[in-house]
Amino acid sequence: MISTKKNKIIDKLFQILGIISTFFGLLLLAVFIGFILYQGLGRLNFDFITALPSRIPERAGIYTALAGSLWILALSIIFSVPLGIAAAIYLEEYIPEGKFSKFLEINISNLAGVPSIIYGLLGLQIFSMFPGLNGSLLAGAFTLSLLILPIIIVAAREAIRAVPSSIKDAAYALGATKWQTIRHQTLPAAFGGIMTGIILALSRAVGEAAPLIVVGAMAYVPFVPKSPIDQYSVLPIQIFNWISRPQHGFVINAAAGIIVLLVITFSMNALAVYLRNKNQKKFS
Amino acid sequence: MTEILSKKKKKKKKNKTSVEKSVKSNFIISTESLNAYYSETQALFDINIQIPKLAVTAFIGPSGCGKSTLLRVFNRMNDYIDGFKTEGKVLVDDTDIYAKNIDTETLRKNVGMVFQKPNPFPKSIYENVAFGLKIQGINDKSFIEHRIEESLKQVALWGEVKDKMKKNAYGLSGGQQQRLCIARTLAVEPSVVLMDEPTSALDPISTGRIEELLFELRNNYSIVIVTHNMQQAARISDKTAFFWLGKIVEYNDTKKIFTNPKNKQTENYISGHFG
Repeated sequence: MISTKKNKIIDKLFQILGIISTFFGLLLLAVFIGFILYQGLGRLNFDFITALPSRIPERAGIYTALAGSLWILALSIIFSVPLGIAAAIYLEEYIPEGKFSKFLEINISNLAGVPSIIYGLLGLQIFSMFPGLNGSLLAGAFTLSLLILPIIIVAAREAIRAVPSSIKDAAYALGATKWQTIRHQTLPAAFGGIMTGIILALSRAVGEAAPLIVVGAMAYVPFVPKSPIDQYSVLPIQIFNWISRPQHGFVINAAAGIIVLLVITFSMNALAVYLRNKNQKKFS
Repeated sequence: MTEILSKKKKKKKKNKTSVEKSVKSNFIISTESLNAYYSETQALFDINIQIPKLAVTAFIGPSGCGKSTLLRVFNRMNDYIDGFKTEGKVLVDDTDIYAKNIDTETLRKNVGMVFQKPNPFPKSIYENVAFGLKIQGINDKSFIEHRIEESLKQVALWGEVKDKMKKNAYGLSGGQQQRLCIARTLAVEPSVVLMDEPTSALDPISTGRIEELLFELRNNYSIVIVTHNMQQAARISDKTAFFWLGKIVEYNDTKKIFTNPKNKQTENYISGHFG
């Protein structure tokens, strides 16, 4: 009798502990967001988004950094998406099961866990061979592509694996080749899942600062990049730069910049969740 | 192989070749001492069977006795299973389909397959039936539409779906989906249709409609059907093979199998004593 009572108390205690643990992280996030909004929301207006950087906090804006971030995103998509999808198709559909496929699988998962600064060092190593490209958008996008490639591969593989084999069987049974089956049935059916993975990977890329600093992104760029070999800055670097300034006005600018960055990543994640939910209904 | 490849041409000059053929054999598929293995496990033992042209042949027997394995040997769908291998000969249209130079895509256009669970593509009804034609490089829209209509009429689905061809096939009922899958198979004009328990996931009314369909289809296609439903085999098939532990125990006219089986095991099975 006594022991059941004791067990019930332990049960209850653990439940309370679980609730506290769950809300701890969320509470911190809420406090952080509240704080940032309180600081930065007043600064956020159309001019802040369209203004060039300036030495005077009230005149400074995020225009060039935002443009740099969009450039980096676009170029990263061009580099990483075709490679990622092609690799995922190969790993899911073509590679014979065995030690070699296991080896590749483990190492791609490992790559997804490599700290981003290491990718920056890798990028630096490669692009120091091409002095003209040092600090260019191309170098930054290439480095970030390496960073998000494993994430895209893993997500695309999962999406491809989720396509029921009965659909592939149906295509084969009609005389479709492997590629016809992949191109016309597997990929379209996996499209939602692949898009989800790509968007989540890009939302990670848009928040990265460390590897870009290593490959020569600038903190102060008074112009909008016009070609892939131009110098650039990105939002996280701009924010970091502002925070490290002594004037209080720049701290407020940083808060406003963080709001913009959060809006971008949150809406990308929301899109990813939407696509995932839409995709889940498909095969039921 | 060349025979399968030149199937279309052959149809035009039918009078020449096919007269010779029909004299030569009335069988669309025949196997010679066929053994099949999943890695180390032997699934089929010394199968010698001859499947007649333009008839329905039923495979019956308890689960795991090799019926589906043999069915999937006929269009080489087992190729996708790691470790699967065969010994012996399998002739389709007098061509050894496990010979080295065989093109499995061409084989599968000639030997279609309908699966246990309806498996339409997650696309429109139109795209479902058109797919088999499009992958052959056929782009002639009016020809494709003509084939779609014809195939859907063959499975008695045309009237139900002709106004919603652009709708997703997943919106159809299970029975309609299965008839769509049959139409999809017929659209590429195979000479053989393999059916792997095509009605086991369907309600009795849908099952009845598919059985009716088989009566009509046998005039134009050679059909092999795996079924767990003894009554179904008795109703729809011309010939029946009884499988037991990877061997064909008895193979004969359906009437004889069901009224006067020679083998004791067959008799026990069809009368429901085991299996």
